[in-house]
Amino acid sequence: MTGSTVLLALAVFGASAVEAVEALTIVVAAGITRGWRSTLEGAAVALLALAAVVAALGPALVHYVPLGLLRLLIGGLLLILGLQWLRKAILRAAGHKAKHDEDAIYQREVARLQALPRLAGRRDATAFVISFKGVFLEGMEVVMVVLTLGISSGKLAVATVAALAAIVVVSAVGVVVSRQLSEVPENALKMGVGLMLVSFGTFWSGEGAGVRWPGSDLAILGLLVLYGLVALVAVRGLERAPVTPPSSAEAA
Amino acid sequence: MSPARALGAFGHFWWEFLVGDTPELAVGSVAAIAVGFGVAHGAGALFVLFPAAVVGLLGLSVWRGRRR
Repeated sequence: MTGSTVLLALAVFGASAVEAVEALTIVVAAGITRGWRSTLEGAAVALLALAAVVAALGPALVHYVPLGLLRLLIGGLLLILGLQWLRKAILRAAGHKAKHDEDAIYQREVARLQALPRLAGRRDATAFVISFKGVFLEGMEVVMVVLTLGISSGKLAVATVAALAAIVVVSAVGVVVSRQLSEVPENALKMGVGLMLVSFGTFWSGEGAGVRWPGSDLAILGLLVLYGLVALVAVRGLERAPVTPPSSAEAA
Repeated sequence: MSPARALGAFGHFWWEFLVGDTPELAVGSVAAIAVGFGVAHGAGALFVLFPAAVVGLLGLSVWRGRRR
């Protein structure tokens, strides 16, 4: 396994773990307040829908779109997605944006779900829909990362396995502790994943645009170091700027 | 849900996903790639200029997002 494959697996695993933690918060809130049956059914249907998106789009993109164009488009997508993650992580690390608080989100979801009326019947449509939406929307980011990184590098299987591994690990920990995972260092993970996504995005979109990277795949590591230093300087610089305390509503 | 509403919701989802509250990142990334592809395809210095554009874009967006 080459260095860039390991980096790719780490990026997908980290991104998927972050999104899985966020989805787990919604699923646990729905399960505890509205019952587990409909909640788990909603989550399962969302996972099947996401798997169908990967199964439909992955091979179709690989077989019908030329690799150069694919790398250009997908690299661009990856670059935008990664820059969004990295920007948010830098602002949070420097105290310019409220941290993502799983406990606060959980409390908010529980209060909202408890206030909704429950209809007679074995299935709870509210629990199903909330769980489905939570898992599907968070999962779409995972799908995007898996497809973009997997296809542009020609390692869709590695990316898929890394994402599944992250989902299994987070779900297993969630089942064991039976609550949201607020102790996960989400911002640090987001920073690391953001750096990797921007590095891969720069590399692949650059390849598609005609950039000749010195050292070929090794350039990804160089980009990672460069962006890591830039993020460090940005955090240190922003920490010195006086700020008003961020509100928790800004954490979303 | 009517097809028009479904299409609107689909478009809104992708707009929020890719543009959201950071249009400078989406526009800047597309512009950097387009310039790289159209103007200087295969030019030697692009491996320096391209990451430099990304760093500038990130710096601008972070600066825009800071609390004053």
